[in-house]
Amino acid sequence: MEVVRLRVNGDERVCGVPAHYTLLETLRYGLGLTGSKQGCDKGDCGACTVIVDGRAILSCITPVWEAEGREVRTVEGLADATEPHPVQDEFDLNGAAQCGFCTPGILCSSVALLDRNPSPTRDEIRAALAGNLCRCTGYAKIYDAVEAAAARVGGTAPEPVEDSAGPRRAPVERMGV
Amino acid sequence: MSRRDGRGGANGRDARAVGQPVADLSTIGRPMRKVDGLAKATGRARYTDDIRLPGMLHGKILRSPHPHARILAIDTSRAEAMEGVHAVVTGRDMPTPYGIIPWTPDEYPLCLDRVRYIGDGVAAVAAVDEDTAIAALDLIDVGYEELPAYFDPHEAIAAGSGPFIHTPRKPGRNGNVTKVVRLEFGDVEAGLGDSDVVVEGEYFFEGTTHTPIEPHCAIGLAEGNGKLTVWSATQVPHYLHRELARVLEVDPAQVRVIQPPVGGAFGGKSEPFDLEFCVARLSMMTGRPIKILYTREEVFYAHRGRHPFHMRYRTGATSEGMLTAVDSKIVMDGGAYASFGLVTTYYSGQLLTAPYRMPAYRFHSTRAYTNKPACGPKRGHGSVQPRFAFEVQLDRIAETLGIDPIELRRRNFIGANTRTVNDLRVTSNGFLECLDEVERASDWKRKHRRLPFGRGVGVAGSTYITGTNYPIYPNDMPQSGIQLQVDRSGRVAVFSGASEIGQGVDSMVAYIVAEELGVPLDHVRVLAGDTDFTPVDLGAYSSRVTFMLGNACIDAARKLKGQVQEAVAAEWGAKPREVLLAGGLAVRAGDTGTSMPLRDAFQLAEAEFGTLGATGSYNTPKDVHGDYRGATIGASPAYSFTAHVAEVEVDVETGFVTVDRIWIAHDCGRALNPVLVAGQMEGSAYMGFAEALMEEQIFKSEVQGRAGLHNAPSLLDYRIPTSLDTPALESLIVESLDPEGPYGAKEAGEGPLHPSIPAIANAIYDAVGVRMDSLPFSPPRVWRALRAAGVAGVAGGRREVVR
Repeated sequence: MEVVRLRVNGDERVCGVPAHYTLLETLRYGLGLTGSKQGCDKGDCGACTVIVDGRAILSCITPVWEAEGREVRTVEGLADATEPHPVQDEFDLNGAAQCGFCTPGILCSSVALLDRNPSPTRDEIRAALAGNLCRCTGYAKIYDAVEAAAARVGGTAPEPVEDSAGPRRAPVERMGV
Repeated sequence: MSRRDGRGGANGRDARAVGQPVADLSTIGRPMRKVDGLAKATGRARYTDDIRLPGMLHGKILRSPHPHARILAIDTSRAEAMEGVHAVVTGRDMPTPYGIIPWTPDEYPLCLDRVRYIGDGVAAVAAVDEDTAIAALDLIDVGYEELPAYFDPHEAIAAGSGPFIHTPRKPGRNGNVTKVVRLEFGDVEAGLGDSDVVVEGEYFFEGTTHTPIEPHCAIGLAEGNGKLTVWSATQVPHYLHRELARVLEVDPAQVRVIQPPVGGAFGGKSEPFDLEFCVARLSMMTGRPIKILYTREEVFYAHRGRHPFHMRYRTGATSEGMLTAVDSKIVMDGGAYASFGLVTTYYSGQLLTAPYRMPAYRFHSTRAYTNKPACGPKRGHGSVQPRFAFEVQLDRIAETLGIDPIELRRRNFIGANTRTVNDLRVTSNGFLECLDEVERASDWKRKHRRLPFGRGVGVAGSTYITGTNYPIYPNDMPQSGIQLQVDRSGRVAVFSGASEIGQGVDSMVAYIVAEELGVPLDHVRVLAGDTDFTPVDLGAYSSRVTFMLGNACIDAARKLKGQVQEAVAAEWGAKPREVLLAGGLAVRAGDTGTSMPLRDAFQLAEAEFGTLGATGSYNTPKDVHGDYRGATIGASPAYSFTAHVAEVEVDVETGFVTVDRIWIAHDCGRALNPVLVAGQMEGSAYMGFAEALMEEQIFKSEVQGRAGLHNAPSLLDYRIPTSLDTPALESLIVESLDPEGPYGAKEAGEGPLHPSIPAIANAIYDAVGVRMDSLPFSPPRVWRALRAAGVAGVAGGRREVVR
């Protein structure tokens, strides 16, 4: 066992792990943050994607030591105290998560994209998600969700309105959609 | 009939169709949130591998390095003596054979005396952690005597004498054959003889596998008092429950199967697997919870995916393009075990008889065993392969006769409320509207045969079952059951045994409860997937769940609704039918000034009738098929219909095919939530596209050094489409309102996969004049076909073919 110090979702964490542990294993088995998923354990599928210092990285092929002293953000750290992140909310509204297993990784890739490019084109979204395999959706609803979230983050779209008849939003004209 | 557009979802962006309320429905038909949507978007959803129990040990399975061998001896003593190892099991600890189909039990939790493919499970270890378990596997000594192996289904079928892959059930039979089905309806030879045109073709559909992003995972917990709990990423908790009890000789009343959210399945988790038996047995031995998580490599070897099919078709038609007779001969490569193969063999023929009328039809299908991982059901079980061949045959007939391929399909439309040539009952049928939709949306008339060389469009149609008419084991009990419980707070709890695998079944039942009882969606709690407290639903397979569980849910909700109406009517001095439940209120019809919150209405009903709860169930009608042997397989209470148009570009220099867009029109009966239906349509078309161009579950040959070894058991080498590979997908929902479906709904999860592959094949022909008859349409294959046709590989570059 080795002691590793990590800053995860704003918290300073100390944890003992075997020396060969990856960041993903440390998050899941050391810290109990099971939101990040293991789909392949070799960097092929992207389900383990987390954000380190603003960049989406594959935590299953990142030795945990490489994350020391850096800012790690996982799916559990995307929402603020009372509200889901707009990308999370739009995933729900758009049916962008079916089985949901790739979703944490795709959310992290999406948030990392929006943090550096608040109004991406659909092709920029496609490129940013190229390392995240989704087997359920055919990606179409995921693009819809990221675009809708971008509009909210950029202030060009209002918050959705909920009523007993379901989620509603005033029709929005979006450029390039 | 109505048409809806599934794009845009709940954003209200495309207001012309989505989200337009249906007059008499408040929740059904609208783009509602999913009940588990936020949990999945925040990382809170707990999948099987996210569960960690106190004192939990980790298991690993030792797998065969040989494709076919006798097990001479297994010595586990060195492993058992290793520090950190708690238990080792072998096949002899679980010597009862099982199989998902009760008539073909041909596998064991761990191999007893024979291994039949590289990767077959031989022994399992439970240890303090995964690393120790993996190290312990190296200390298990297995003595093997290698046997001749079969990798080609034709060679397996031709084998005259043993050792066969399985012992023949009757002496003198070939133990390399799982099942042979030969059925003929009408006079096929006469029909072909009377035809103006007969098209003959040979086709090969390569095997593919499901690759859910979540690997299989199971946890076993034997509590020492006889109770056994297994958590598993399964899509058939009820069948797993039965097989665990039978194989491990435990009273079924003591077995509990819990199915956490499943991270994708697609048919790949629809039967018991070795890990589920092993975690249970190891826990019974150690008294500790045991977890086994497959590696991605093990998922590829577990397989149970699409069978490779070798197909020969003869299709006859009149000069007007009317089908006269269809004849097929199919050899299926089943791999090492039967799995669902008996059903697959029937489905390979039975499900082809709509949406086109065929006066005569014959199929002759043989499933062979080979020494490779077993094939089974993958999305569109057994009917995706013949649909590819048949829809290409139709394109060739249209070409020969000079008839537009969409028009040819229209002319042969079987109609609604009819019977197929093999005597399956068809009720609602929106196939013509599907053809209209893809023709319009794709601008077909301007494109077909009119695009520049290298670009083309292709069309294909299909049908699929909405659930199988009979359960896997014969019984007269309901196929689906549900239980509702109403709380004084105004909340309704739903106890559902159905399997949430991402398709949205938990949300579907919540929508129905909200619709029937008038409660807001967030007042519905769905408690699902635990055999200790949910009624039986048979599982998430054969596209059965919305239709069957949906009807069961309506049944239960209407019983409760009646009680609430009666109690409120008594309070108001009204008739029960004058009490409407909607928008969180009980309202008097024709007098909106008289109303009360539903919470008060529920309390009145509880005072009147006692604690409020109801069960509901659904079983299929039994008059929907003929009475010949096999007539029940393929029978369904309703059929969905689909048409696709694909637009492609073919690079004649490289053979690289790009699919730009697929228009997907699907008759789902009624879209209970159009966003979820469109999601199923897009996911299906994506998966079909992937099989058309990219995916192949293939194994190395002797020449490559190790016969029977998986060619590429990783998500890097077995290429599934990324966001950059996937074409634009356009969903066009058609609603035919099925008379027996819940609010008219049918299936949407599997049918829309079928036409992707032939539509792409036909589009390639439109683009470059070359017929692709072997999957996948990878660049080397397309390039070779182009060269054979004199299109590619010609010095000086491009040359157009005359057609």
